[in-house]
Amino acid sequence: MNVVVVGYGPTAHRLVETLAAKGFTGSITVIGEEPRPAYDRVALTSYLSGTGAEALTYPVPGGIATRLADRVTAVDREGRTVTTRSGHVQPYDVLVLATGSAPFVPPVPGAEGAFVYRTIEDLDAIRDASREAEAGVVVGGGLLGLEAADALRGLGLATHVVEMAGRLMPRQVDEGGGAVLRKHVEGLGITVHTGVGLDRLEDGRVLLADGTAIEAGVVVFSAGVRPRDELARQAGLEVGARGGVAVDEGMRTSDPSIYAVGECALAGGVVYGLVAPCNAMAEVAADRILGGRAVFAGADQSAKLKLLGVDVASFGELSGALDVTYMDPVSGVYKKLFVSDDARTLLGGICVGDATPYATLRPLVGRELPAAPGDLLFAGTSVTVELPDDAPVCTCNNVTRGQVRAAVAEHGCTDVAAVKKCTRAGTTCGSCVPALASILASEGVVQSKALCEHFDHSRPELFDIARVRGISTFSRLIAEHGRGRGCDICKPVVASILASLNNGHVLEGERAALQDTNDHFLANIQKNGTYSVVPRIPGGEITPEKLIVIGEVARDFGLYTKITGGQRIDLFGARVEQLPDIWKRLVEAGFESGHAYGKALRTVKSCVGSAWCRYGVQDSVGMAIALEMRYRGLRSPHKLKSAVSGCARECAEARSKDFGIIATETGWNLYVGGNGGFTPRHADLLANDLSDEELVRAIDRFLMFYIRTADRLQRTSAWVESIGLDYLREVILRDSLGICADLDAAMARHVATYFDEWRATLDDPEKLRRFVSFVNAPGIPDPSIVFETERGQIKPVLVEVGRS
Amino acid sequence: MTAVQGIAAGTRTWIPICPYTDLIPERGAAALVRGRQVAVFRTHDDRLFAVGNRDPFSGAHVMSRGIAGTRGEEPVVAAPMHKQTFSLITGVCLDDPTTALPTYPTRVTNGTVEVSVE
Repeated sequence: MNVVVVGYGPTAHRLVETLAAKGFTGSITVIGEEPRPAYDRVALTSYLSGTGAEALTYPVPGGIATRLADRVTAVDREGRTVTTRSGHVQPYDVLVLATGSAPFVPPVPGAEGAFVYRTIEDLDAIRDASREAEAGVVVGGGLLGLEAADALRGLGLATHVVEMAGRLMPRQVDEGGGAVLRKHVEGLGITVHTGVGLDRLEDGRVLLADGTAIEAGVVVFSAGVRPRDELARQAGLEVGARGGVAVDEGMRTSDPSIYAVGECALAGGVVYGLVAPCNAMAEVAADRILGGRAVFAGADQSAKLKLLGVDVASFGELSGALDVTYMDPVSGVYKKLFVSDDARTLLGGICVGDATPYATLRPLVGRELPAAPGDLLFAGTSVTVELPDDAPVCTCNNVTRGQVRAAVAEHGCTDVAAVKKCTRAGTTCGSCVPALASILASEGVVQSKALCEHFDHSRPELFDIARVRGISTFSRLIAEHGRGRGCDICKPVVASILASLNNGHVLEGERAALQDTNDHFLANIQKNGTYSVVPRIPGGEITPEKLIVIGEVARDFGLYTKITGGQRIDLFGARVEQLPDIWKRLVEAGFESGHAYGKALRTVKSCVGSAWCRYGVQDSVGMAIALEMRYRGLRSPHKLKSAVSGCARECAEARSKDFGIIATETGWNLYVGGNGGFTPRHADLLANDLSDEELVRAIDRFLMFYIRTADRLQRTSAWVESIGLDYLREVILRDSLGICADLDAAMARHVATYFDEWRATLDDPEKLRRFVSFVNAPGIPDPSIVFETERGQIKPVLVEVGRS
Repeated sequence: MTAVQGIAAGTRTWIPICPYTDLIPERGAAALVRGRQVAVFRTHDDRLFAVGNRDPFSGAHVMSRGIAGTRGEEPVVAAPMHKQTFSLITGVCLDDPTTALPTYPTRVTNGTVEVSVE
């Protein structure tokens, strides 16, 4: 069978992905007018804050032919072919229209100079125009309009929103919710005009029907969308009176070999615009193409969004015989439930400013309330809601609680990742992931968090135990909270926790025995048992005198030298007894430990910055040095890398770092959770346009919160993914847990108590005594260490590996 | 410090290594004993063990720099390179029982750790 899909948006992607996953054996061709495969439109705004188009783009499933930047202009139903703008003719057995929708541009004078907000190209055009502009107007105060407003604000424009209805998001919230929402939005500096229409656009000016004139260089229309049904009309397919390709419950149009899915389809008299119903349509069509009998019976228009930092959610009916409202104007929270006249059945609800009731209550729409409505509005506090098996857990992918339970009970899924893979629940918007975790728990799946055989606790739990009980030795911790005498897993973890909490010397007393060999010798072990030495070179900036000292030390001790990726110099081939002599020379020349051996801050790389670079907008070197000096010696669950770039060209590669900083015209953007290595990940934008002080405070909290709560050897990339960026923002930027003062104090303590552990080691004969190859022959070097020469430097002679 | 020398067949030769109190509990020390590299460990309960210092998996002489602890009741050391765990009592690698470290008798004489490598 030969399937041709017209349009390559997210719904088309879901369709072909489903076909491929279900073992479709025919050929599939997708023809899309955009120059790239489908991408995540829900996350479109993140494109303007730096997420690349590639990151947003969905991978093309294997075996699928694509025809991009071309558009189907005609359908020949008799001959079963489509013809494209470029003249290409594609035969089909089954045709799927997934042409999506087009933004509605109201017919007002001057509208041709305005922008719309739908594609990556639209965003590029808006960004280009905003460079010359100071203010922008978004016409439309709905969901997309507020997103566009957020984007304009992010581009540095004084932003206005014009909404014809009497409140923002008129479809999702009622008057009370709209008022709370408006307060939030205005609090962000956005000017809101409601209950007023547009009169006309003039050059650089927007005129409203009430005579208000707004000076604005950029105007974006976001006043709704219209289904793109022109191809269907042209082909003589049935369309609705108000647009949309009419389909039956199997997504079939009036021509049985043509389907329509997504925003272009009119299903049961409704045109849907949200991701979840569109995905459901795609899955129904895929099932039908494969000979199944799936039915699209309509979908609820529930939505949970975070717009401009405000949670907005609505579900079910937005009216009812009775309603219960909770309103807290001080913290900007508005929650309302609609119930049946006997107050027993939940009909729907609206949340603004706090969407926690959404996850628990949405599946209960149409069912008996499990508790008094008033109590439910404080959800998450005391009421536990047990969902029935047919209750939807993931509406994006139409997965019920029963299916999730089956994944656990029948398919043996034991963690959220396995459930996601098995059921697809939680793979689209992710808002149901906490629900998945709680179903796992209710099914009796206990996620072992035991660190090793000696401790039943996880690293964050041990951290809290040590912190709260003031435990400062491994012996006490394992005696009171563990068993045995520890191992190579728990000992370094506890050593790191104690270092983070107390910041004493890592080789002090009993702690010396907890350290991995690198920390024990304050150097990095290499394959032949020698060590490498990395002095700190903050920000990668070094004077000629210091460079000469490094060269002299390397020459005098016969060390191999290599420039590291972190803008410093690694000296290889030192025997343990040489380390103190090497460091004596380095410390005398003003160097200190670079902690290359520790699970600790490594380096803060920098580009050359505004001091020298003609493109630089901030002093990246100065900032990198300041940050490296602030966080040097900070012990953490895993190594920490950072970089500072002086402009958006990003020469320091900051977005591959645990915390990366990129200069803006007015300050710094802070990115977190980046990684190179085995699983590369671009860092996420945590906050933008921070002042120096704001930047340092945000990093302080980010690092301390990571140190307290991450698992053993969990890099920030995995940690940020596990806790979620929104949650991280809430905790460290809005202090939702009320711990920021504590985090700030912990970092202040670290900074105040930092000392160079190599200098301290040189000053302590007791510690120095350990730096010998042989305890019974301190002057004798290890005879097993042999070097040859390669390219003018030493290289270890391979030691013979044999297992006696 | 005078070593107790073997003077008759069946009598071991004991080589002095260091004062017992120089050993940090659960941290090894390397010694060169008649050309052989030996890793000496003092456990938390003050038992003394000596095994070969050569890590059979990497070939490097680094066993004395591994982390010592327990697996179940067994005192063990983990190779610092790739963390294979060896029994300090038998020398056998618990992750790969076909591989073992040599073990050597130890004793403390007048506060001095002694090892025999015969």
